[in-house]
Amino acid sequence: MKSDVKLLGAWPSPYVLRVRIALNMKSVDYEFHEERFPDKSPLLLKSNPIHKKIPVLIHKDKPLSESLIIVQYVDDVWSSASPILPSDPYDRAMARFWADYIDQTLYPTMKSIRGAADQEGKNRLIEEVREGLALLEDVFKSSSKGKGFYGGDQIGLLDIALGCFLGWLRVVETVNGVKLLNQTNTPELLKWADRFCAHAAVKDVMPETGRLVEFSKTLPK
Amino acid sequence: MGSEDVKVVSFWVSPFGKRVEWALKLKGIEYEYIEEDIFNKSNLLLRLNPVHKKVPVLVHHHKPIVESFIILEYIDETWKQYPLLPHHPHQRALARFWATSVEQKLGKAGWVAMATSGDEQERAVKEATEIMEKIEDEIKGKEFFGGKNVGYLDIALGWIAHLIPVWEEVGSIQILDPSKFPAITSWMTNFLSHPVIQDTLPPRDKMLVYYHNRKNNWPSAFRNSVKD
Repeated sequence: MKSDVKLLGAWPSPYVLRVRIALNMKSVDYEFHEERFPDKSPLLLKSNPIHKKIPVLIHKDKPLSESLIIVQYVDDVWSSASPILPSDPYDRAMARFWADYIDQTLYPTMKSIRGAADQEGKNRLIEEVREGLALLEDVFKSSSKGKGFYGGDQIGLLDIALGCFLGWLRVVETVNGVKLLNQTNTPELLKWADRFCAHAAVKDVMPETGRLVEFSKTLPK
Repeated sequence: MGSEDVKVVSFWVSPFGKRVEWALKLKGIEYEYIEEDIFNKSNLLLRLNPVHKKVPVLVHHHKPIVESFIILEYIDETWKQYPLLPHHPHQRALARFWATSVEQKLGKAGWVAMATSGDEQERAVKEATEIMEKIEDEIKGKEFFGGKNVGYLDIALGWIAHLIPVWEEVGSIQILDPSKFPAITSWMTNFLSHPVIQDTLPPRDKMLVYYHNRKNNWPSAFRNSVKD
C-alpha cells in the first residue's frame, strides 16, 4: 500500500535516524527512499532547495526538513500516541536546549576528531566530547526522574537527539581506542545507551557500528 | 503576575534579545530588563547560562531559559494570549524552518558583507541577496509572515528590518534593493511601524557607531562570536 509519508534519507545519517525513530514510535507507515551519495536525487533537490540535505519528510506531498523540526512535527501530527516532547513548557525548553547543544556543540566536536591535524588535536577534541557527555550525564539524572530515559518511562526528544549518535560515538571509540561512555564517568548514560538501542523503535534502524566504521573509511577527512 | 516573575537579561543591540522582548510585549507580559555587557560578562550571566555564556536569558520563576528560538517557544507555550506560532503543525514546522535557516545563512552572509571588503564582501552580498529572493517569495501577498498579525516568523526575522539597513550603511553595500524586493520592503515598513516594535528598537545612530567599531575590529571580533 502506498503511504502518504515518505522519508528521504541515508542509512548512516544520525539525523535521518532521528526521524525514523520518531515515526516508529508513532507506528507510522512510511516509504524510505535511500539517497545514493554523493548524487542528490531530483526529489531531494526539489524538496529541500535551500539546504539540499537529508532527512526530508514528505507528508501528503508537502516536504519538511531539519531533523528536530521534523521530529516535533511528527509529534504534533500523530499526537495521540507516545508523546515525544514533555508536556511542561520548562521541561520542553530544557529538552530543546540540550538537543540544540548536541547539534551546535557536541556532535560537531565529535565529527572533527577524524580530521584533527595531530594526536594532540585529537586528544583535545576527545576531551571536549567527554566534557559534553559529562554534562549530559547530569542532565539524565534530573530529566529521567529515576526512570529509564530522558523522557521518563518512554523515549523523548532528548533520547532521540542524543541516541541517534550512539553508532558514530562507538565508531570514535573503536577507531581511537577510547571509551567515551564508561562506568567511571558516565554510568547512567552507559546503561541508557543499551536501553535505547534495544528499544523497539530503535533496534531495527540503528546502523551497526562495524558497518559505520567501514563507511567512515570512505569519507574524506 | 508581578514583573519580578519575569526577567530578560540581554545586550542593548542584540537582535536575539529583541525577539524575546517583542514576544513578551505582544503578549502583554511585564518583565524586568537587565542590561549585560557582553564584552565584560557578569557573574550573573555565567551563572544563568554556564554552557554558552550568552544573552539573551529569560528568567521565569527563577529558572533560566536560553537560546532565543527556544525562549520564544517557551513564551508561546506559557502565555496563551496572542499566539505567536501558527496553529497548524505543517505551518508551525515551516515557520521554525524559515527562522533557523534564515538565521544560519543570512545572519552569516550579512555580517560578512558588513565587516569585510573586496571579493569576500562581494560574495557575501551575492549570497545574502539570493536568500532575500527566497524570503521575498515567502512574504509575497502577506502583510506579515504571520498573516494579519505579527507572529513567530516576523519576530524571528525582524532583525532583517532594523539591522540589515544598518549593516548596509556600515559596509557601504546594498542587499535590500526595494525594486528587487518590494514585498520585503513593504513588510519592513509594516513591521517597523508596529507600536510594540517601534518602542523597543535601539537608536539607529548608536547602532551605526557600534557596528562601525565591530567592523574595525574584524576579524578578532569574529573569533569571539559572529553575531553578538
